Amino acid sequence: MTQFAADVSSYFKRRARWSPFEIAFWIFAFASIWLFPQKHLILTETAILALFALSLDLILGYAGIISLGQAAFFGLAGYFSGLVAKYGLITDPVLALICSGLVAAALGFITSFLVLRGSDLTRLMVTLGVALMLGEVANRFSSLTGGADGLQGVTVAPIFGRFQFDIYGHTGYVYCLIVLFVCFLIARRIVYSPFGLSLRAVKGNALRSAAIAIPVYGRLVAIYTVSAFFAGIAGALLTQTTAFCSLDVLSLERSADLLLVLIIGGTGYLYGGLIGAVIYKFMQDWIAILTPQYWQFWIGFMLVLIVLVGRERMTGWNEAVRAFLVRLVSRAMARKPALGDAAPDQR
Amino acid sequence: MAILETKNLTKRFGGIVATADVTLAIEKGARHALIGPNGAGKTTVINLLSGVLKPTAGRIFLEGRDITALDPHQRVRLGMGRTFQINQLFLDLTPLETIGLAVAERLGAGADWWRQVGSRSAVTGEIAEIVERFRLGDVMHERTAILPYGKQRLLEIALAFACRLRVLLLDEPAAGVPEAERYELLATIAALPADVTVLLIEHDMDIVFSFADRISVLVNGTLFVEGTPADVARDPRVKAVYLGEELDA
Amino acid sequence: MLTILFDGVAYGMLLFVLACGLSVTLGLMNFINLAHGAFAMAGGYCTVVLVNRMGVPFALGLPLAFLVTALLGGLFERTLYVHLYARPHLDQVLFTIGLVFMSVAATDYVMGSSQQFVQIPEALQGQFNVFGIGMGKYRLLIIAVCGGLTLALQLILSKTRFGSRLRAAVDDQRVARGLGINVGAVFGLTFAFGSGLAGLGGALGAEILGLDPTFPLKYIIYFLIVVTVGGTSSIVGPFLASILLGVGDVAGKYYVPSLGAFVIYAIMISVLILRPQGLFARPVSR
Repeated sequence: MTQFAADVSSYFKRRARWSPFEIAFWIFAFASIWLFPQKHLILTETAILALFALSLDLILGYAGIISLGQAAFFGLAGYFSGLVAKYGLITDPVLALICSGLVAAALGFITSFLVLRGSDLTRLMVTLGVALMLGEVANRFSSLTGGADGLQGVTVAPIFGRFQFDIYGHTGYVYCLIVLFVCFLIARRIVYSPFGLSLRAVKGNALRSAAIAIPVYGRLVAIYTVSAFFAGIAGALLTQTTAFCSLDVLSLERSADLLLVLIIGGTGYLYGGLIGAVIYKFMQDWIAILTPQYWQFWIGFMLVLIVLVGRERMTGWNEAVRAFLVRLVSRAMARKPALGDAAPDQR
Repeated sequence: MAILETKNLTKRFGGIVATADVTLAIEKGARHALIGPNGAGKTTVINLLSGVLKPTAGRIFLEGRDITALDPHQRVRLGMGRTFQINQLFLDLTPLETIGLAVAERLGAGADWWRQVGSRSAVTGEIAEIVERFRLGDVMHERTAILPYGKQRLLEIALAFACRLRVLLLDEPAAGVPEAERYELLATIAALPADVTVLLIEHDMDIVFSFADRISVLVNGTLFVEGTPADVARDPRVKAVYLGEELDA
Repeated sequence: MLTILFDGVAYGMLLFVLACGLSVTLGLMNFINLAHGAFAMAGGYCTVVLVNRMGVPFALGLPLAFLVTALLGGLFERTLYVHLYARPHLDQVLFTIGLVFMSVAATDYVMGSSQQFVQIPEALQGQFNVFGIGMGKYRLLIIAVCGGLTLALQLILSKTRFGSRLRAAVDDQRVARGLGINVGAVFGLTFAFGSGLAGLGGALGAEILGLDPTFPLKYIIYFLIVVTVGGTSSIVGPFLASILLGVGDVAGKYYVPSLGAFVIYAIMISVLILRPQGLFARPVSR
């Protein structure tokens, strides 16, 4: 390999390396198990929301698909995992989790053919329509799903036969955090792979992507299915940690809140969903003290404000804050930052 | 045998006939130019050949194989691709990422979701070679959106080249390129390997006559004249179409 | 069975009046306005306040609902929406969802969360029995008003100068501007008119569809289905689509009660599979 080719190779390797910010993030995330023992219940909700937002980032941030129906996968897997636990069909929680994810992925695969045809409007329509339709189904078959009262009588067996779910949420939180981390690792691999690069290309210019032999449609179906899988895992986690599942997992509000979470954190760099989830939960906690009933108003207000201010400006602030934090952390770790590297020296 | 052929290629948009009964035969290794007045339908022909548009009638053959029904990405896999008159690039990616993407796709690594980009040395070697050939080394880490236009045009062609196409359809490669950057562009096109067949649409007659070994003239969607540059330059009908009729006999 | 047809047609025409503003806005400005249902809700509540609480006669309450909502629509358009025309669809979706949430919560706060009913005058209660078909008087009114509106719309579009300017702007904005058509004014007026129609539909429909603060969230999918199935390039398309959906929904709920609600979704999915651009749409240049 020539020196130039070696430079090219090392550039790509460096790009995908774990930055100090990422390492710090995850150390802190796992440390939170011991740092905030009383907050495990709300942290569990945050972790689930983070995974849910990660699933949306994969299709919105990386492939440019606008979806108002991620709740469909969340809810389907949520009900599935509840039902298999309630009727003792799959007793091991981890196995049930994976199966629920696969069920959601199957729905994603089947509906992808509708979603990926046509314009932004039809995508919106189809994703919203599927979620609402599932909501209608859940409502209709209330003898199975518990209808508006929710799915009752769900008992979740201990994980690996040893770790019992408790009312303080300790087991639940560690469980969710580990699942989140594993899913994140998978998403990270996808994003830094040639497949992930081709998604960004398709988002940027689908016409040109086809002109360089990228099977645009096939790639989008694949990422949509993967995203449905992650959303399903998040939904199943919710049911398993709360031993309950109700109709609001399939609602428009849930999909819309998810968009807000991702937009707050920023799309297209994987951490947006995670950061957004933390900020959203903070705000929810804080505003709920002020006006518990009209929380929806402030969500709407925030969406309007964010759009009027402009998402590019927000991304700009976002990046500035991130760059600042990276410099802080790097100086603390006394290493050169890997994010935002300058081009390697030539010759 | 002709490497690229069309037989009675026709495209209608409602009542408008954009391409009328075009029959072309392009030899392997040819440097074939397609010229004609504005609105003659040259880009439509390229769109038909590359698969962006489906013809109303007629057939297209690549290396003897009927490709009329194939999608654009399938035609690229068979070795024929194009550049665009208005740059169609990935504005958020860098030239390195863009070329890397095209090479990875071609080598069948495009669907790989597990390994990192750049972890295979065959791929990086080729990426480096293409970056150097197209003189993009000094800008390869910049976002495409901020590159100077001439560099973007080079990237446009590099991208098609990275697909190792045997037949390259160039749609007005010099369009919009400032004088200062033209030389680099033209030198690069002239240096394309001899076994690559090039079909070029251009308005700039200097480029056409210096580059092409065969010219087809398209007027109102029909093939008007075809021949060597010298023949076409002398043809009175071509002069009439481009410059208008002589008033006196 | 004919009663079902009658009810379905009434429901469909109501849907049309509600949704046609959305169709025109989408076709004209390429703007996805998910808050359209909020304007309908505003019209409904406006009529409730006027008729129930202030004793305004019903016949006056309807046109007032139209006016108030049209003014509201015009105001929103000039101050907020106009900044978002050039933005990507995602921004439009986020913005209008935000507006919906705000309007739902605000309405809940001001008017309470229970369902509201408009006091319908005596003359409109009950039904006629014509050739054995039971025709509800109120539904007859709906058909009459909506039918009249549809004809009026079609006439405006095809016979007036404003109509031809609107059609030109829908077909190709840039060229229309180049011809000296004040596209901004066309947008503003059309948006206001569409919102007004939605308001009128909300007022008329309070009896049949149910009026409560969650109205925009419940019904936006129906409006979107009308627009998707009917296309955005004509009045006829959404009209026929609405009738189809109205009859399908009513008939479905009657004949197959357990699955009735899915008829609408089934129609939407079939259309999207078979003709993604809509059943009645012509391809439009952008």
